[in-house]
Amino acid sequence: MMSELYQWDRTLQPPAFTPDYKTSVLRSPRAPLLSLENTLSEVTGPVFRHNEIGELDNDLIRNYAHTGEPIGERIIVHGRVIDENGRAVPRTLIEFWQANAGGRYRHKKDTYLAPVDPNFGGCGRCLSDDNGYYFFRTIKPGPYPWRNYVNSWRPAHIHFSVFGSGFAQRLITQMYFEGDPLIRLCPIVKTIPDCDAVERLIAPLDLNASVPLDTLAYRFDIVLRGSRSTLFENRLEGN
Amino acid sequence: MPQELSYLKQTASQTAGPYVHIGLAPNRAGFDIFKNNFGDVLTTPDTLGERIILEGLVIDGTGSPMRDALVELWQANAAGKYNHPNDTQKKPVDPSFRGWGRSPCDFETGFYRFETIKPGAVLGRNGKMMAPHVSLWIVARGVNIGLQTRAYFADEEAANAADPVLYLIEQDKRRKTLIAPRSVRAGVPVYRFDIVFQGENETVFFDV
Repeated sequence: MMSELYQWDRTLQPPAFTPDYKTSVLRSPRAPLLSLENTLSEVTGPVFRHNEIGELDNDLIRNYAHTGEPIGERIIVHGRVIDENGRAVPRTLIEFWQANAGGRYRHKKDTYLAPVDPNFGGCGRCLSDDNGYYFFRTIKPGPYPWRNYVNSWRPAHIHFSVFGSGFAQRLITQMYFEGDPLIRLCPIVKTIPDCDAVERLIAPLDLNASVPLDTLAYRFDIVLRGSRSTLFENRLEGN
Repeated sequence: MPQELSYLKQTASQTAGPYVHIGLAPNRAGFDIFKNNFGDVLTTPDTLGERIILEGLVIDGTGSPMRDALVELWQANAAGKYNHPNDTQKKPVDPSFRGWGRSPCDFETGFYRFETIKPGAVLGRNGKMMAPHVSLWIVARGVNIGLQTRAYFADEEAANAADPVLYLIEQDKRRKTLIAPRSVRAGVPVYRFDIVFQGENETVFFDV
């Protein structure tokens, strides 16, 4: 039996209402969230199997290549999914998506003037291994403008979606790249109230994991909510 | 200085953004890349239980549908058992039912929609049964951290009245935001569950 999850750390998670990120104003609840102790509905969640994932799903350089390879800096992104106790989160589904090297998404609603890359889809997925480790190959995404202030730009980033073991661990976040001057200017980054929590979304260059003469690498670890040890009886399931 | 605790810090959430479909439902973004897409039909012909549709709008502070939102659903099977090792209730797992689905809202109508089965009741804390319900998780552009709520079923009046989670909601009016009314369309029960972000009928969201 798994026991309860540690609560969301609201000192470092972004609040819903963040007026400098304008879209949040009309898309944030006004009433406080109702605090609820975990039940089975929260500490269980979907299990995914290897046979649901395609062979090229974690290779964004090849998974949409039609006439050649996509344009841009070749990179590997790798890291571990662990919890607050430092324990591996094994065999969890990790999905990622991003713009192409010019900062354009392959999406029917994206109208930015940078061109779509015919050989780049911009999405992938994998399961973490038994130690929580994951990796994928892609091209480095470009920054792009968006209509928040007239001259707002998103730093280069990759979106991540992670499941964990319980549905209440479900997380979407974004990974940024070491050294990008746009990070500290971004209203979406600044929804996070804790400077150190922002730093932890910035992936360092990891030269040791790169492939010489071929591909650079960045390291990005993801920490999900941990679960409590049952020190005294923990009547999650009753009886 | 006292001893230091060695816990790691949670990774901060960031919005899923307007292009969440590329990553989670690329066929909706307008292209075909994966052989296997995760979707909004949870049932196969072998799944046990009463077929239902759960659908609704995600509504912003102006009362307009959020057509770029995405909703995920997690639920127990018809016997009230989650398909997950942490569920140790002595009930059968249905091998034909994972209990999870994902539905991007329709770009035109704004509706999310799940084809699923009505879940059974699950044991809650302290030995109290919870009324049949599904857990929902909502992400979108402008949503900094995924919102968690539950949909209950209007035709489960007695079970809803005894539900320990609904009981925690102080105002009757707010409790009603979690109860989906039932109608029948082409012989299939349809539960309507709108997720309202602000205003008079603001949905109860959980910190759970």
